[in-house]
Amino acid sequence: MTALPVTERNDNLAISLTGREPATAAGDGRRAALRPDARTDPPWIRAVAIGSTVAFLGLFIVLPLVSVFTQALAKGATTYIAALHDADTLTAIRLTLVIAAISVATNCVFGLIGAWAIAKFEFRGKNLLITLIEIPFSVSPVIAGLVFVLLFGLQGYFGPWLVAHHVRIIFALPGMALATIFVTFPFIVRELIPLMQQQGTEEEEAALSLGASGLKTFLRVTLPNVKWALLYGVLLCNARAMGEFGAVSVVSGHVRGETNTMPLEIEALYDSYQFVAAFAVASLLALLALVTLVVKAALEARVRED
Amino acid sequence: MSIVDSVIGRRKSVIPGFGITLGTTLLWLALIVLIPLAALFVRTAELSLNEFIGVITSRRALRAFELSFGLSFAAALVNLVFGAVVVWTLVRYRFPGRRLFDAIVDIPFALPTAVAGIALTTLYAQNGWIGGLLAPLGVKIAFTPLGIFVALVFIGLPFVVRTVQPVLEDLDEELEEAAASLGAGRWLTVRRVVLPSVVPALLTGFTMAFARAVGEYGSVIFIAGNLPNYSEIAPLLIVIRLQEFHYADATAIAVVMLVAALVFLSLINALQYWSERRTGKRQ
Repeated sequence: MTALPVTERNDNLAISLTGREPATAAGDGRRAALRPDARTDPPWIRAVAIGSTVAFLGLFIVLPLVSVFTQALAKGATTYIAALHDADTLTAIRLTLVIAAISVATNCVFGLIGAWAIAKFEFRGKNLLITLIEIPFSVSPVIAGLVFVLLFGLQGYFGPWLVAHHVRIIFALPGMALATIFVTFPFIVRELIPLMQQQGTEEEEAALSLGASGLKTFLRVTLPNVKWALLYGVLLCNARAMGEFGAVSVVSGHVRGETNTMPLEIEALYDSYQFVAAFAVASLLALLALVTLVVKAALEARVRED
Repeated sequence: MSIVDSVIGRRKSVIPGFGITLGTTLLWLALIVLIPLAALFVRTAELSLNEFIGVITSRRALRAFELSFGLSFAAALVNLVFGAVVVWTLVRYRFPGRRLFDAIVDIPFALPTAVAGIALTTLYAQNGWIGGLLAPLGVKIAFTPLGIFVALVFIGLPFVVRTVQPVLEDLDEELEEAAASLGAGRWLTVRRVVLPSVVPALLTGFTMAFARAVGEYGSVIFIAGNLPNYSEIAPLLIVIRLQEFHYADATAIAVVMLVAALVFLSLINALQYWSERRTGKRQ
């Protein structure tokens, strides 16, 4: 359950243009003089509200974020860098990148296919289909891992067959990738559907009537129209894929240097009291989160233009 | 194709690829989401009804459910109240740093849960920045249910803000001016004009935060201390039963959680529909 669809977001700029700030224009001035408190709250309410907001966000967001970096650098920059050069940590980073790449690529392909079917055609049961696609958002990550153990684990439905054919899914890369694809399933498709619905089919119809093939129409007309929304979905999908803990934890073998992703490596280091190293790896993921938010803000402006 | 078309009520279209894209989508959805989730129900059906009830009403499971649902509800309530204050402040007031505070509301969405988990644990432990301040007062947060509550407030924080924000920004200012010009005081205007417009969005955000908290695992297990019957959440009990190879126990608890999640999902859909109607986005 990440951010709301971009198209529902509002331009912050619009607020200042609609004159919600203290009125200065002549007409507004007259109205304000008539009823000075029409849309302004008493100063003490304003102060309490701003104070509570700053305190609440400071306590619950700024402080944890600051503590990640403080703890990571508690023993100095050299220790910090050494912690990140640990062989197991480097393997964890590599595994995280591989799993994220697999899930982003898969969800990209199926996101585009799904959005095409849902947004460009009218059919019965469409809302049900969208709801089914969004199920992974509300399912506990632990359940996302558990279901694949039930299917592919030793005692799972396909377990005996997999053992007989020497195929490892659970406690190995395929299971971790599957669980990650499950939890990130809706991320890209749900960014594409509202935008593609809004854009309609006129441009595609024009291209087709001029003789372009279906695939060419998709690549030359549809894809460029949704490129920013696609990138936005990729960004959110990637952030979740790299940071996923619960689902991957259930299907990972927790072998350091083999089946630990970065979040799992954080847990392993933290549980063995290597706090600086744990926070060093955590600081990388925190940086990823910050970069994601900055890029997201930039992309939101682009998506609104589309 | 024509029979299928008439069954699903598809209108004629010159756009190609309907059959293949819808087919692929359904197949992929079934393989990744629906069949695995169905396996959970099939596996649980191997238990007799009495066995199933026995597992989910065992003392340890009941305490875990109570903890997960109770603390999630409490955390969602805090997020409802503070979320409302935060969103009002961000939309209506101008103050230095407003854009920054607006941007960091999304941090709990973007920050991996394991990172949040160890950061909150370190802050609220007895020797931490906040835990150290509270320790002399005899208040322990980390490794108690209170710690779970703190983690759940953190991860549910953005939901109310982000669902109410677009509604509040879109609210027609003339409504409030009209109310004021007819003699309503500021409080009456907010209560009778603003509040009814944002109530569906507030409830949607509340339910989303509640649902997310119930299933949360990563940020909680570090700070909880995980003592059975005291600070052990339901998702953790699933993991423990699975590690003990008690598949049936794990799936029975998971089915309860999954059904709860599906109920939440329907509730959220219904609330969003209500919200769109209330704000005139849908007829």
